Amino acid sequence: MTTVLEQGVALAAGAAPAADPPRTRRVAPTRRLLWPIGLVLPLLLALGWEAAVSLGLASGRLMPPPSRILATLWALAASGELWTHVWATGWRVAVGFGLGAAAGIVLGVLSGASPLVRRLGDPTLQALRAIPSIAWVPLFILWFGIFEASKVALIAVGVFFPVYLGVMGGILSVDRKLVEVGRVFRLSPPALARRILLPAVLPELVTALRSGLGLGFMFVVAAEFMGASEGLGYLLVDGQQLGKPDQILAAIIAFALLGKLADSVLVALTGPLVRWQDTHRDRL
Amino acid sequence: MLSLDRLSKTYADGTVALSDITLTVAESEIVALIGGSGCGKTTLLRLLAGLDVASRGGITLDGVPITEPHPSVGIVFQEPRLLPWLTVAQNVGFGLADRSSAEAKGRIAHALEKVGLAGHAARWPKELSGGQQQRVAIARAFVTEPKLLLLDEPFSALDAFTRASLHEHLLGLWAESRPMVVLVTHDVGEAAALADRAFVMRPKPGRIDDEVPLGLARPRERSSHAFEDATRRLLASLDRSLKAPEAAAQDATGAALWW
Repeated sequence: MTTVLEQGVALAAGAAPAADPPRTRRVAPTRRLLWPIGLVLPLLLALGWEAAVSLGLASGRLMPPPSRILATLWALAASGELWTHVWATGWRVAVGFGLGAAAGIVLGVLSGASPLVRRLGDPTLQALRAIPSIAWVPLFILWFGIFEASKVALIAVGVFFPVYLGVMGGILSVDRKLVEVGRVFRLSPPALARRILLPAVLPELVTALRSGLGLGFMFVVAAEFMGASEGLGYLLVDGQQLGKPDQILAAIIAFALLGKLADSVLVALTGPLVRWQDTHRDRL
Repeated sequence: MLSLDRLSKTYADGTVALSDITLTVAESEIVALIGGSGCGKTTLLRLLAGLDVASRGGITLDGVPITEPHPSVGIVFQEPRLLPWLTVAQNVGFGLADRSSAEAKGRIAHALEKVGLAGHAARWPKELSGGQQQRVAIARAFVTEPKLLLLDEPFSALDAFTRASLHEHLLGLWAESRPMVVLVTHDVGEAAALADRAFVMRPKPGRIDDEVPLGLARPRERSSHAFEDATRRLLASLDRSLKAPEAAAQDATGAALWW
């Protein structure tokens, strides 16, 4: 921990006088200096627990020390088992996310752009949204079987609603004044959608996709709890049944890393679409 | 030629925004509509743009009735209304989608040069100042070479220096294709700087109270006697219009709703 902090200090101290930073960069050294501060608390706790177990103050049977968790993670990775599980979970999220997001975008655009579709369909969708998604699990298993299809369906349902709501809300809140510019240039309804409405909702769409992806990861755990032979969720259940808390924690860490990675990829892919935005840049 | 024949606009709530407006604008003429808040000048401009429909009477541009947005009518709004996801050049070329890309490119470059933003073509609107954004909006309106250009207080949000330089940019572009211009303003100096004729408008119901020919040659010298005289005549007319009694008897709240 101290080394990370010291490096940060050394970096900032070394860079500042040498580079003679221009005015606009003035805030950067502070930020570079301050970001590791968030690591202090978790690292202190981890080191404290590690010390407590190795000094014999605690057994660490239910809450294994960080070294044992990392060793388990390493062993799972080295045997290749971890990658099988990561691949299974990642595939399920990707397919469920793709289906749910596509449906959410299409229905969201229709509901946002057409009052008729909105009056017709939105009340039903809002009613369905009120159902806790996990409640679908038994029905999905009956319909789609115990294997992949029911899991993907559950994830898709979870992703669908935030995307649908985000896109519809985005279209409803497009500035009337910009729509009027489209009218002045006599755009047809499809051209208006393509040249004004769709670009205008891109920021909301990106936000909606990100929260949809987050929910996708939440639901993949639920989906894998309902019976799976591989996947990070399976690793969790397996660790519980065999009484291996280190495996559970290793799977949780893998989940966190995978989720963060997926979100970063999404942000990187959609970044060029919203570069024009006049707002504070979203810092991951 | 643009002609308005007994044009009236009554809103659904019964507010009479415009009553019996009759006027003509000659080729290449710049007219100003001047008056206080609530006199219907913005409503009139929206009717001319085809964004609203008149309740009675009609508008014709070279004999063609205007009831919806028309390709020969350009407008610059009070705010720049640039599309933030398009670069400056793409914004200027927004109305040129049906032209060949070579022609569009040439027109965009020329218009940007005329408003002094040639070096900013690849910028985002958010990177420009308010005055620069309004210059882009002016270029966007001129680039399609409209026969009639509508200006809805486009300079009201800018400081006096920026405003004067924008007047120059506007007249520079105008001199090339010499469209008819209808300028809505509440600034007497602006009307005198740009217009050939000014119509003084009056609220409740919105109508034309007076017509003031300015009779000034271009380019105009703000400190000249002729300019001062024109400004004084315009101010006198405006004062008369404001001091006239009656009218105010109608409900005072209605005005705020539609203006």
